[in-house]
Amino acid sequence: MSLSSDAVASPEALHVEGIRKSFGSHEVLKGIDLTALQGDVVAIIGGSGSGKSTFLRCLNFLEHPSAGTVRINGEDISLKPDGHGNLAPSSGAQIRRIRSRLAMVFQSFNLWTHMTLLENVIEAPVRVLGLERKEAVLQAEDLLNRVGLGHKIHEYPSFLSGGQQQRAAIARALAVNPYAMLFDEPTSALDPELVGEVLKVITALAEEGRTMVLVTHEMAFAREVASKVVFLHNGRIEEQGAPAELFGNPQSERLARFLGNFQ
Amino acid sequence: MSSLNILGLNLELLLNEGWGEALLIGLYRSLTIAFGAFALGLVIGIFASVGKLYGNAIVKQLLELYTTIVRSVPELVLILIVYFVGADLVNAVAGLLGYSYVEINGAAAGVFVLGFVQGAYSTEVIRGAILSVPVGQIEAGRAFGMTGAAVLRRITLPAMLPAALPGLSNLWLIAMKDTALLAVLGFGELTQVTRQAAGSTKEYFTFFLAAGCLYLIASLISNVVSRRLEVWARRGLPQDIRA
Ligand SMILES: Nc1ncnc2c1ncn2[C@@H]1O[C@H](COP(=O)(O)OP(=O)(O)OP(=O)(O)O)[C@@H](O)[C@H]1O
Ligand SMILES: [Mg+2]
Repeated sequence: MSLSSDAVASPEALHVEGIRKSFGSHEVLKGIDLTALQGDVVAIIGGSGSGKSTFLRCLNFLEHPSAGTVRINGEDISLKPDGHGNLAPSSGAQIRRIRSRLAMVFQSFNLWTHMTLLENVIEAPVRVLGLERKEAVLQAEDLLNRVGLGHKIHEYPSFLSGGQQQRAAIARALAVNPYAMLFDEPTSALDPELVGEVLKVITALAEEGRTMVLVTHEMAFAREVASKVVFLHNGRIEEQGAPAELFGNPQSERLARFLGNFQ
Repeated sequence: MSSLNILGLNLELLLNEGWGEALLIGLYRSLTIAFGAFALGLVIGIFASVGKLYGNAIVKQLLELYTTIVRSVPELVLILIVYFVGADLVNAVAGLLGYSYVEINGAAAGVFVLGFVQGAYSTEVIRGAILSVPVGQIEAGRAFGMTGAAVLRRITLPAMLPAALPGLSNLWLIAMKDTALLAVLGFGELTQVTRQAAGSTKEYFTFFLAAGCLYLIASLISNVVSRRLEVWARRGLPQDIRA
């Protein structure tokens, strides 16, 4: 791909230590460490309100953590106090550069409704990464084809099904040739019959070695595609490991009970 | 006096004695000023709404003061205040710089005064429209590494247009009509020209009806244009059943 002019790829795509986050007096994250190697698919599971989304949003600083360090592809994000008891990136240019290669896929798609699918997909490559428009269009057509939307490139997102919108959002994320992709419950807003088509796309990405951090409630899917599963509970990592171990032989009673809900 | 007299309207005066042309020139001036004022108001509105939403406490307070005052004082009073205060200020500055008395250009003053008033209303229209943009779309822009300015220009402003356009079209109509207030400054826009024409011919009915028709036609054309703009701005949104 035309954007693969990275310097040396670090073996660690993502490495975070001691992430804490409080909203007022409510401490949502109480110190999270996590490493994702190149090609890892990390599935984050946990009950509602356990802090999964908050954690994911701390990785690209959409949310400012109260403490911790974040290293993306070997580069530490430099931080400073933001004056509200949290840490903000101290360099706007650095965080924008890192964000531009840490693509995020949202639960509610968040496609730009005034742009066609094609315009959505070329926006970041052209405006943020400075890719030639012509080249970006070719790449976008290719990506939209890959997610099965080649015939919809000039349509506006609001006229498509949820599954189609989420697949377009994945194409938009792929267009920046990301170091790592962050998914926050990508199928939770979808009708049950549309979940499969999106999971299929994500599975294909896992198979081609994309690094992903994936918050999900789809346990069978996590078991199948993840290289590592992390169970969050009360703002801490309660248990983590290979999917077969974690799902097959949960150590903590909490995880066992949580998994019981999905039987 | 004339042969072309229908329903008490003296068309002869309008068609053959040059008064019709004078009215059209007045209309043209009115529209020019309205357009300038509307555009200036739009620029003020964009910056002020962004300041009101994202600025620091002092900026927010100052802008609140601006919108509150402008929207509470009658426009005619504001126009007189801004015009005379503005003229004094310009001359004070000119004096300091060693220039002699500066004659205020009527059209420029009209644009400035009406634009200042329009800006306060635009601010509120645009602020409300920005708040209607789903926050996820703005977050998506930030998540892809866009600068704040890029998010505003590429996402927030285009996405708020469907919500802002009805209010903005309304402001444009008001801008057109408010140019009539400039007649008090003796500026030769449509209403002022109409008054002169009516005064010197004593055909009040003919001229004020003609002027009213011109304002009406301008509004009707504006409505067609704003409808089209709305359709275009809503191109990515499903049909609203209430529309
Ligand atoms: N902006 C915020 N202000 C205050 N509290 C917040 C904010 N965002 C999240 N929280 C709180 O933080 C906790 C964790 O929220 P989070 O959204 O991270 O949970 P989650 O694990 O993603 O849950 P779900 O599965 O429902 O998406 C919740 O108690 C939530 O109410
Ligand atoms: Mg969540």
